[in-house]
Amino acid sequence: MKLITAVIKPHRLDEVKSALQAFGVHGMTVTEASGYGRQRGHTEVYRGAEYTVDLVPKIRLEILAEDDDAEQLIDVVVKAARTGKIGDGKVWSVPVETTVRVRTGDRGPDAL
Amino acid sequence: MEAADIAFVVICAAMVMLMTPGLAFFYGGMIRVKSALNMLMMCFIATGISSVLWVLYGFSIAFGDSVNGEGGGIIGNLDFIGFKGMLGVEGSETLLTFAVFQLMFAVLTPALISGALAERVKFSAWAVFIALWVSIVYFPVAHWVWGDNGWIGGLEIDGREVIDFAGGTAVHINAGVAALAAVLVIGKRVGFKKDPMRPHNLPMVMLGAALLWFGWFGFNAGSELAANGTTALMALNTMVATGTAVLGWLAYERIRHGAYTTLGAASGAIAGLVAITPSGANVNPMGALLIGLVAGAVCAWAVSLKYKLGFDDSLDVVGVHLFGGIIGTLLVGFLAIDGAGGFAQFALQAVAAAAVMAYSFVVTWILAKIIDSTMGFRATEDDETAGLDQVYHAETGYDFSQTGTGSVSVASSVPATAQTASGEKKVDA
Repeated sequence: MKLITAVIKPHRLDEVKSALQAFGVHGMTVTEASGYGRQRGHTEVYRGAEYTVDLVPKIRLEILAEDDDAEQLIDVVVKAARTGKIGDGKVWSVPVETTVRVRTGDRGPDAL
Repeated sequence: MEAADIAFVVICAAMVMLMTPGLAFFYGGMIRVKSALNMLMMCFIATGISSVLWVLYGFSIAFGDSVNGEGGGIIGNLDFIGFKGMLGVEGSETLLTFAVFQLMFAVLTPALISGALAERVKFSAWAVFIALWVSIVYFPVAHWVWGDNGWIGGLEIDGREVIDFAGGTAVHINAGVAALAAVLVIGKRVGFKKDPMRPHNLPMVMLGAALLWFGWFGFNAGSELAANGTTALMALNTMVATGTAVLGWLAYERIRHGAYTTLGAASGAIAGLVAITPSGANVNPMGALLIGLVAGAVCAWAVSLKYKLGFDDSLDVVGVHLFGGIIGTLLVGFLAIDGAGGFAQFALQAVAAAAVMAYSFVVTWILAKIIDSTMGFRATEDDETAGLDQVYHAETGYDFSQTGTGSVSVASSVPATAQTASGEKKVDA
């Protein structure tokens, strides 16, 4: 089993969510996040005073997937989140040791 | 006063009343989340205090007969204390209409100062400051400018008189220079020029600016105290000067910083409104356009002075109100219609502006020093860093998450407590 984490632009969330649902994903966790990558942030001006905002608002998306689906899922997320502009985000996956559904106590793939 | 005029002026008073909460939103949106409520409260407490003092003695000191008799009046006498003898007598409706209209000016003027001291003063000290400031600065200065025998109102050169239609000197220059004096005593916010202090809610700033703009029609046009041609000219000039001031500020910003900001548009509007306040009844609409344009561009430049000179006027009360007030007060010296413009008029205007600046600066500086050395004017550094909302008001402006709600207890017999950032409990008796 894999945990796929994606950090994406907030306005791409709906797109990514629909693509994942179309793929057949049953659940996900969405968190508001902030951060920056290679492009750093941007500059804002208030009454002539310039502020460098390097922590840019992002959405952090987490999905648990079976090993066979993981690669395809990553592609789905990347395709839906891409705008082609700087700051589109990152997607990565890590192996998961255990998963338990809290309501029933089911473990492993049954818990997805 | 005719019934129609009374109706008009009372409605104008209500419009001016809306300016103080408008100002609260204008200022409130410009500061950081953690002290947003405190900012709103600094304006609301001004409304409360000035309203009370106005009835007790404010109106009497400002608009009673001068204690030093005819001409050259410094301060009004106490004949109207508690509004005694003013009800049910001949002319009482005129006096009361005037009193309620002018009260709104006495509310707004001290509230204007709050923007300079945002995010770092003790709430109790601010309340004491306002009570004393209106008593020894605003009420007398209002008497100088508008009182029957006020010395500024009575100045004359070649038959010309000082032009301050709706309060360029008494309100804006007065508040702007007082803000500067108070800021010099109180000092900079923790992290000034180092930490980012971005406005937390620009839509709120725009809403506040719009409310101010609306209320300003009452402020300016109502100052004629009648519904006539001068009133109409003032209303028109109020609109057009504000329009060009928005353009002036944005043009400056586009050239200087490459963007047209919403905060700039809102600030430009206020700068234009300030500048047309003293002059709008005495210039033609072309003159108003020029005054607005100059005010917008110059105030946009003036707000950067605090970084160059190193005084922390948080929300640019000096840059907008002092500079805007001076621009309007001086420019009308040359732009006044009906043959009033000229060097003599300009000199008169300059004397009025300089006198108010000198008095307001010195007295406010001393007053702030006294408050600072007795009860302390500033919040503690810990409280300032944590934000003043929780410390002084036991509230927060926004609930960002559901994780920090804690348990609820409704106990009427328990005194309200607020936790200070430093950990000890404060109990409000």
